[in-house]
Amino acid sequence: MITEEAILEKVMEIIEPFAPSGMVIKPNSDLTGDLGMESIKVMDMLWVLEDELKMSIPLNILMDVHTPDQLAHAILTLTERKNGTV
Amino acid sequence: MGLFDKFGKLAAERASLCDTQIHPFGIRIDEMYSPTEGCIEGQRVILAGTNNYLGLTFDPASIKAAQRSLALEGTGTTGSRMANGSYAGHSALEEELVDFLGRSSVIVFSTGYVANLAVIGTLAGSREVVLLDADCHASIYDACKLGGAEIIRFRHNDVADLERRMVRLGERAREAIILVEGIYSMLGDQAPLREIVEVKRRLGGYLLVDEAHSFGVLGANGRGLAEELGVDSEVDILLGTFSKSLGAVGGFAACHDAQMDLLRYASRPYIFTASPAPSAIASVRTALAAIKERPELRHQLWSNARRLYQGLAESGYQLGPQASPVIAVMLESPQEGLTVWRALIERGVYVNLVLPPATPGAVTLVRCSVSAAHTPEQIDRIIEAFASLRGAMGQVTAGA
Repeated sequence: MITEEAILEKVMEIIEPFAPSGMVIKPNSDLTGDLGMESIKVMDMLWVLEDELKMSIPLNILMDVHTPDQLAHAILTLTERKNGTV
Repeated sequence: MGLFDKFGKLAAERASLCDTQIHPFGIRIDEMYSPTEGCIEGQRVILAGTNNYLGLTFDPASIKAAQRSLALEGTGTTGSRMANGSYAGHSALEEELVDFLGRSSVIVFSTGYVANLAVIGTLAGSREVVLLDADCHASIYDACKLGGAEIIRFRHNDVADLERRMVRLGERAREAIILVEGIYSMLGDQAPLREIVEVKRRLGGYLLVDEAHSFGVLGANGRGLAEELGVDSEVDILLGTFSKSLGAVGGFAACHDAQMDLLRYASRPYIFTASPAPSAIASVRTALAAIKERPELRHQLWSNARRLYQGLAESGYQLGPQASPVIAVMLESPQEGLTVWRALIERGVYVNLVLPPATPGAVTLVRCSVSAAHTPEQIDRIIEAFASLRGAMGQVTAGA
């Protein structure tokens, strides 16, 4: 069972090439405000994340996701739901 | 904080494209001379950005039918079909589409956008999951959000990616709604519908195809891509518009299952909006007859499309993946796109400039749409205008 910390680590690693060069990415960095990620970049980043985690991430989660840690938490919830643990 | 402060970034982006010259997203066509010619900023231009695929906007029979309707039925219905009632023309058009499409149920809506909101937004509720091609039109994304369905994208025209995501859904795949388009509005390419149908046969799901750009354009009878590929019986709901090949305004959904009629009582975008003007319905009915009776329009459209696609390719432009009535010319940057777009107007050609985020893959496009009403000479003038913008090394030189 993957942990939220492991997902967050993966999320931060995948976000990095989509953020401006040299930008320090924190778990609570705002994807749009702090990291300047336009909606297209967020959508492209999701493709990579889905491939890495071998899962589909519904677009609906983006409504409530603004930071890497929120994204990691949303993915954990999806994983748990799929595994029937919630 | 002001009501419109959140649009500051949008305003800055707009300002960066908006100097004293003509603006691509506020274009005004001052006069229309024909389906293929109009006047912009005092300049006579060939219209190659209007999606008027069969050129029927000036069809004498359609105009006559609309004029007759105006005289007999007035300018508008002044209300919704649910509250105020349908006019005879609305019902007659639905019956004619049932007959033309060989389906059990057709519902006419006020626009193509409303048709998608009404059908997808009502069927794909919060308990449903939809799988949509990433390049689907904004109206399809908006419809999914309206209904509250779980929205999963698959990569554009990538059937293996669709299948992978269907498999991940497990049993839920059987009830999933798959959303694709006949011809995609940005790149002009077609959905691999046979392969998608094959996945559906194996894993289940319902298939909805938006034929907005392919109705009247593809198929032996002009019914669209599903007819062209012989998979019409496998498409659960076909969606379409009257504002492209049929030259007016409105939209429709067609289904093999007569129970789709129940949407009339469940779909808020059907219930709570004004119905199409009777004159628009009258012209659509006449244009539909033209699709049936004049296949030569479709043949001419494709002849023109292939001529333009080949001419632009020979001029060195990078184009969408296949010859199509929608021809996407890919450019390096928004600024280059703007330069090309303006230079084309100066040379008497009007096309559409499309910038990210409205484009797939964040590319800049100038998008041409071809009409059966374009003459071969007009197509050649469009090609010449594009070719004149390329230097000896193949780069765009206009404005340099």
